[in-house]
Amino acid sequence: MSANQLIVLTPLMGSLVAGLLAGRIGKGGAIGATIVGMLISAILSIRVFMEVAVGNAPTIQEEVFSWIVSGQFTVHFGILIDRITAIMLIVVSGISTLIHIYSIGYMEEDPDQPRFFSYLSLFTFAMLTLVTADNFLQLFFGWEGVGLASYLLIGFWYKKESACNAAIKAFLVNRVGDFGFALGIFTIFLIFGTLDYTQVFQMAANGEFKQMMDFPLLGQVPTITLICLLLFIGAMGKSAQFFLHTWLPDAMEGPTPVSALIHAATMVTAGVFMVCRASPLFELSPTALEVVTVVGAVTALFAASVGLVQNDIKKVIAYSTCSQLGYMFFAAGVSAYAASMFHLMTHAFFKALLFLSAGAVIHAMHHEQDMRRMGGLAKKIPMTYAVMMIGTLALTGFPFLAGFYSKDAILESAYAAHSMVGIFAWSMGMLAAVLTTFYSFRLVFMTFHGQPADQHTYHHAHEAPWSMRGPLVVLAVGAVFAGVVGVPMIEKQWFREAIFLAPGHDALENSHHVPGWVKWLPFAAFLLGLATAWMMYMRLTQLPGILAETFRRTHRFLVNAWYFDRLYDWMFVQMAKKIGEGLWRTGDETIIDGYGVNGAAANCARIAGWLRSIQSGYVYHYAFVMVIGVLVLVTVYT
Amino acid sequence: MAVGLNHYLVLGAMLFTIGILGIFLNRRNVILIMMSIELVLLAVNVNLVAFSRFMGHVDGQIITFFVMTVAAAEAAIGLAILVAFFRNRATIDVEEIDSMKG
Repeated sequence: MSANQLIVLTPLMGSLVAGLLAGRIGKGGAIGATIVGMLISAILSIRVFMEVAVGNAPTIQEEVFSWIVSGQFTVHFGILIDRITAIMLIVVSGISTLIHIYSIGYMEEDPDQPRFFSYLSLFTFAMLTLVTADNFLQLFFGWEGVGLASYLLIGFWYKKESACNAAIKAFLVNRVGDFGFALGIFTIFLIFGTLDYTQVFQMAANGEFKQMMDFPLLGQVPTITLICLLLFIGAMGKSAQFFLHTWLPDAMEGPTPVSALIHAATMVTAGVFMVCRASPLFELSPTALEVVTVVGAVTALFAASVGLVQNDIKKVIAYSTCSQLGYMFFAAGVSAYAASMFHLMTHAFFKALLFLSAGAVIHAMHHEQDMRRMGGLAKKIPMTYAVMMIGTLALTGFPFLAGFYSKDAILESAYAAHSMVGIFAWSMGMLAAVLTTFYSFRLVFMTFHGQPADQHTYHHAHEAPWSMRGPLVVLAVGAVFAGVVGVPMIEKQWFREAIFLAPGHDALENSHHVPGWVKWLPFAAFLLGLATAWMMYMRLTQLPGILAETFRRTHRFLVNAWYFDRLYDWMFVQMAKKIGEGLWRTGDETIIDGYGVNGAAANCARIAGWLRSIQSGYVYHYAFVMVIGVLVLVTVYT
Repeated sequence: MAVGLNHYLVLGAMLFTIGILGIFLNRRNVILIMMSIELVLLAVNVNLVAFSRFMGHVDGQIITFFVMTVAAAEAAIGLAILVAFFRNRATIDVEEIDSMKG
């Protein structure tokens, strides 16, 4: 077994040990096992990252074992580490390790810690399987695995009804996306006859496949567009894009480390990863790319607008995640995959940092998440304040921090794409950038500045233990330097053969030559957002209330997240309930029971009722029947 | 007037009919039913003997002996059942015997 296989396997081992043997080795043993597993995985990831991404080692490809062999269809479990995977490896195993450590402090009072750590490691295993996959089926395996782990962890506090509901919602919404994703994989197999990345991409590049497919009603459909759109539906579900985003804010019911790991840094970026991985397919379909761009851009603005008015500290960050994922998608949509991966990496650092700092705040406030009940915490928990500030600045694109490089690269690429959708995405992204700065600083001001809203909790607020502060510091360092260090990523051909660009798709290339004002506009957006937030939450603290009162309808619209939940409730939940009720009352009770089961029984009883009257019990009746019978027989046979 | 086969057959038929009617019309007594059955068997015997006589075969008469034996056995068993039944139910009224009613 090679070291590269151990990267994936050690978290699984840790998970199994913690999950199955917790009774024997105790709480400490279970936590220790998962952390040792994660540390090994992280160290090996760093090693392979050094080889492949920093050094010049060629792409690593190993076959682990044959998984399915059925006629023409063969799939094996494999490990493929190119530069995309190397970045994902370092993000996933690195941040997962930090979050394991953070959870020691955060989950200290929880009685179910072995289960929690087991799930966390299980998640990491699935995510690593996903990113190291060398074929679409293994990708799907990891994809479903992270979905399962996400479900288990959102519903970790299963005694809380809201947590259970959120877990079910996340699972169901993801099912919609995964259905599209599965169909996409089926189509790939149908068209290419294999699921292996190398072969599929090779054939796609050479054009050795059936270009058109005949569909009833739709007519001729280009197969590549069909495949890409289906795959993108899967990405929309997993990465909480517009229309399938509703599960992400609710997923905040899970413990905060889970939100940081799964619903900010890693799992939700799986969709972005997949689109970048499948760039040889997406590049061939301009339509699919346009869809990706528009959906990403709309999500970026939509989620940012909703984030403006949320009062739950975790919800704000959740919508922020949703919005940043939108950025990554429209970057991929304008063929700036490298910028997309770059933002994915920097975002993983600062968003995990923001979530974990929020967790530290929640910890300090004794599980209070409403920002209206916080305030003035900067003096009580200065260190948390400092790292949260770093995270916020990195997110909002303050010069020379992580987000500054990656977000600007995305916006400039969108501008430089010189297409309608590119300009649309750019303007949406620019607007969203203002909103991002506003809601991020609103969060900081409401939480750390001003007067404490609740004197009692304020006095009991305390800095988190070192097991929690350590990871925060590491992530803060990452949030500061990830941008500077990672900036070579967006240079030409850094990803080598991992990312394919069709001729003419050189938005990223052109992004270095945009006019000066395009380069400066994001910083102006930052200043505008900051100034507005400062005015509204530091100086004229009455203003937000007045605005909410004046634009009551808009405010309600934003607070309710554009009424998506209500729409879906009315469209799908109530409809499904009505259909179910109809099937139950009419279909089951009336037709099946009424005419079928109970009807047959009733008819039997009625007929039997008639027949039993023949059975009178009197001997002479029977004798009479016998004689009649004999007479009939005699008459017939003579 | 010579007594021919037809006379025997008519006698047999009359006995048979009386026997059958005895079974159907009798509403009082199980013993009467048994007697009626004997009458039916007797009618058969008369026919057998008559045919035997007029067709010149002795087989019919032999079968008659069998029938009489069976009839005797049947009467014995029937009466035994009847006695047992009477001990249980203290009646042999036909109308009362309906425990097989569905």
